[in-house]
Amino acid sequence: MANYSTNEFKGGLKVMLDGDPCTIVENEFVKPGKGQAFNRVKLRNLITGRVWERTFKSGESLEGADVLELEMEYLYTDGDMWHFMKTDGSFEQYAVEKKALGDTEKWLKEQVPYTVTLWNDNAIAVSPPNFIELEVVETDPGLKGDTAQGGSKPATLSSGAVVRVPLFINQGEVLKVDTRSGEYVSRA
Amino acid sequence: MASDWQPTATLETLRERARLLAEVRAFFAGRGVLEVETPVLGHGGSTDVHLASLCTEATTPAGRERLWLQTSPEFHMKRLLAAGSGPIFQLARSFRDGEVGRRHNVEFTMLEWYRPGFALDELIEETAELIRAVLGRDPGPLRRRRYRELFREALGRDPFTAPLAELQRLAGDAGGLEMSDASRDDCLDLLMSLTIEPTLGRGGLDVVVDYPASQAALARRHRDPEDGAWVASRFEVYLAGLELANGYDELTDAGEQRARFAEDNAARRRLGLPEVDVDERLLTALAHGMPAGSGVALGIDRLVQLALGRADVAEVMAFATPRC
Repeated sequence: MANYSTNEFKGGLKVMLDGDPCTIVENEFVKPGKGQAFNRVKLRNLITGRVWERTFKSGESLEGADVLELEMEYLYTDGDMWHFMKTDGSFEQYAVEKKALGDTEKWLKEQVPYTVTLWNDNAIAVSPPNFIELEVVETDPGLKGDTAQGGSKPATLSSGAVVRVPLFINQGEVLKVDTRSGEYVSRA
Repeated sequence: MASDWQPTATLETLRERARLLAEVRAFFAGRGVLEVETPVLGHGGSTDVHLASLCTEATTPAGRERLWLQTSPEFHMKRLLAAGSGPIFQLARSFRDGEVGRRHNVEFTMLEWYRPGFALDELIEETAELIRAVLGRDPGPLRRRRYRELFREALGRDPFTAPLAELQRLAGDAGGLEMSDASRDDCLDLLMSLTIEPTLGRGGLDVVVDYPASQAALARRHRDPEDGAWVASRFEVYLAGLELANGYDELTDAGEQRARFAEDNAARRRLGLPEVDVDERLLTALAHGMPAGSGVALGIDRLVQLALGRADVAEVMAFATPRC
């Protein structure tokens, strides 16, 4: 992979740091009145999801990371691995470990496209679409007549996620949910 | 991208900027300081190790020549002082390669002025008055902060006498990087930028004085009354965590100036940086005699940024470098 110098660090650039692939979140040029210039860089570790703040001397460089983000449909799980398939017509499949799946496990639904991050052709992270439609498999019975405001209750969705929903929602209904906040949006 | 042709500042901001520049000119007109315009190009450039100069070629009566784009209008303005101009100011386009960020742009406008006969303290007062006039509000009291005291307060260490290994460790921890082979100045610069600078200019105008002698640039040096250590007769002004201005009790000794240029170029060779042609005409002018006095350079784009409350310097420039 190519090397990138601090002045090429832009949001979204993928680089290697301490042996892990990272994406650049923010790059701030810092320079005292008369003195050495530095770049203060925020990077997200693509494996752990943690954000690191590091300082580099201006002009230093990092090795680029062979990272691709591809759209893939979720197929099934065999209990050990979760299987996804590219949506580009190649039918190529990737098996994803539980560790790489992370929180996305509770938002899985067959045939929905997810963004799978590949590093050296291995899946290291999966992110769900911002909004997803899922069926309520368990919740307290809906309160008749209460269609407006007031109160909420937990509902378990077909993917396993538990979200707070309005009291009028019933088992069997399909809901639109924001996966970033884990909040109910509307009936689908 | 379709919108790339558009200005990085709104037209309303550009009108405000024009008004603030008129304020600057009125300030100096009222004090009998002459506005001058000097060339952006020079046969010599800034040798400062931490400034990267842009360089170009032009065909002149002397043939094909290498010319440097100024990093500040200092050298030409000092030649005017040596020629007997008296107090002068300039709003000068300046260029520093690689400086890009929310507070930096490769091409920017420097407000620089010189006051023959002024002691550093008088120029500090005048700089604060200019900042108040342009801001149009009172930034709070003017506070003189000694460089050594800032370090002692923030880090419990004296920047001049603390063991180098200790400063390397502190700097490495502050920045999350390897500093074990860094020089004292590099460690101090990093700690200044990351730990101290963000706290300066909060609730008042902070003026940092008595910098390490090794960071004197084109300023005189004097003895710190505390223990006789050499310090630079220099100041920097901070407001809201932003460095606004850099002032010197100007070096007028041609021999000393020549030695500092040579030191800079020697350091450049060691670091594998390009050497910069020394401004021989400046040295001749200093040898002829430049009146003692003080001078200051102020980043006018940043002052406009603060006056108008803009987060990114590009928002106060018609076209920041990425769109030029």
